[in-house]
Amino acid sequence: MAEFFRELRTTTGLNFTIFYDPFDARRFGYAFLMTCKLSVLSVVLSLIIGVAGAFAQGARFAPLRWVVAGYIAFFRNTPPLVQMYFFFFALGAITPTVPDDIGMEVPMVSSFTWALVALSLFAGAFNVEIFRSGIEAVPRSTVEAAESLGYSRLGAYRAVVLPLAFRVCLPSLNNNLVNLVKTTTLAYAIGVPEMLYVANQIWSDSLNVTEMMNVLLLLYIGLVTLLVWIMHRWERALRMPGYGT
Amino acid sequence: MDTPLVSIQAVHKRFGDLEVLRGVSLDVARGEVICIIGPSGSGKSTLLRCVNALVRPESGRITVAGIDVTAAKLDPIALRRRVGMVFQQYNLFPHRTALQNVMMAPVSVLKQDKREVEARARALMAKVRLQGKEGAYPGELSGGQQQRVAIARSLCMQPDVMLFDEVTAALDPETVKEVLVTIRDLAEEGMTCLLVTHEMGFARDLADHVYFTDRGVIVEHAPPAEFFGNPKDARTREFLGQVL
Ligand SMILES: Nc1ncnc2c1ncn2[C@@H]1O[C@H](COP(=O)(O)OP(=O)(O)OP(=O)(O)O)[C@@H](O)[C@H]1O
Ligand SMILES: [Mg+2]
Repeated sequence: MAEFFRELRTTTGLNFTIFYDPFDARRFGYAFLMTCKLSVLSVVLSLIIGVAGAFAQGARFAPLRWVVAGYIAFFRNTPPLVQMYFFFFALGAITPTVPDDIGMEVPMVSSFTWALVALSLFAGAFNVEIFRSGIEAVPRSTVEAAESLGYSRLGAYRAVVLPLAFRVCLPSLNNNLVNLVKTTTLAYAIGVPEMLYVANQIWSDSLNVTEMMNVLLLLYIGLVTLLVWIMHRWERALRMPGYGT
Repeated sequence: MDTPLVSIQAVHKRFGDLEVLRGVSLDVARGEVICIIGPSGSGKSTLLRCVNALVRPESGRITVAGIDVTAAKLDPIALRRRVGMVFQQYNLFPHRTALQNVMMAPVSVLKQDKREVEARARALMAKVRLQGKEGAYPGELSGGQQQRVAIARSLCMQPDVMLFDEVTAALDPETVKEVLVTIRDLAEEGMTCLLVTHEMGFARDLADHVYFTDRGVIVEHAPPAEFFGNPKDARTREFLGQVL
């Protein structure tokens, strides 16, 4: 394989260093894993935020509802890149540092963690709204039936409301999660070595912008396709016989 | 006489400006079947919903099997394992099979052993004449079948009292009967039942006592023979004249 790409370079000038240069292969491999890790973790965290936030929005305790409303307003109405900078520069500056193994002071919270926090909160804000629309589609009478069977509010939420709400809002959830995976590239801005960041390093060294661009696009298409496939599998597993198609 | 299983005393309930219940009192002994009839909007559903605390009245007192339903710090789970409720619109959980619908609450609310609950649930499915439909989803069942699953679901909690709120009103005439037969079986086994119904024939045959409500008060109540044979109040006569 390495031979083939070396050949390709001499015959056509197309320079895919990541397929024959071990150094580039390794750093780009890590970058790919970094993007996967950032995507998976932020998808999971944003779902948790969405579920918890939508539950809190229905709470009787008004201040809790205000907090959720404020959170949504903030993260929905500001650009995600600005949020990323805010976490990294504003909050990163006031979090303590610890000495690393060679005695350098490094921040306790890594840029990866800040990126993860920013992305999860950003996508989570949309997820809260998405879940809420699903929850509002669950008939009040169905919830009352659960309550009549002794379910607490939380119990009814877990056993009845959420599973039904999920089915309603999966398509919009799908969209938001696809967006989230693509938005992980913003972590580039605070130096997280994910795919875009490392691709940039590689094309600065080898001047192969076009080649790396194509690799990047294909890999993102692959990742998003995988996500959409998983979501469709899930949608099918949740199908309710006798309802819809 | 024993203390009644369900006791409702001077219950008042308003929604905003609308006084829906204006001092309703009635007692139901264990094993008794009572029917509540009356015009639309007279507060029948609200009254039933007060009994299992889906609605909290402003004043008055309700007790069920020794539990003070109107207490400020009511334990709803303790109450609702005693009181089953069946609704007009069945309200099954559409993402669970019929059997799962029946089993869910005893397993996850009462924390009962899953195998015991399953045995009981299967027996109840047979009792409501739905053997073979255990694996069907609500969307795959007819209205009458769904309603019988809903009855089995309530019974699986092993309640002392069953509340039925116009449970046949959404059904077509042929399927009404299959649901009424199920309720009759239940009543004949000695289950205490509070029914809101428009099925006058059913009330006459099955009830131990019939209550007629209008505009938030009980206008008249009597055993069915007397109630239907010789209604005293003019409003009762007018209502019966319309529906019979
Ligand atoms: N949650 C609520 N909020 C506001 N008004 C309500 C509520 N529930 C019931 N009502 C009103 O209270 C009145 C009595 O309602 P209820 O459902 O108890 O009547 P009903 O006797 O069961 O009538 P029907 O035969 O039509 O079922 C109605 O006017 C209804 O609009
Ligand atoms: Mg009603």
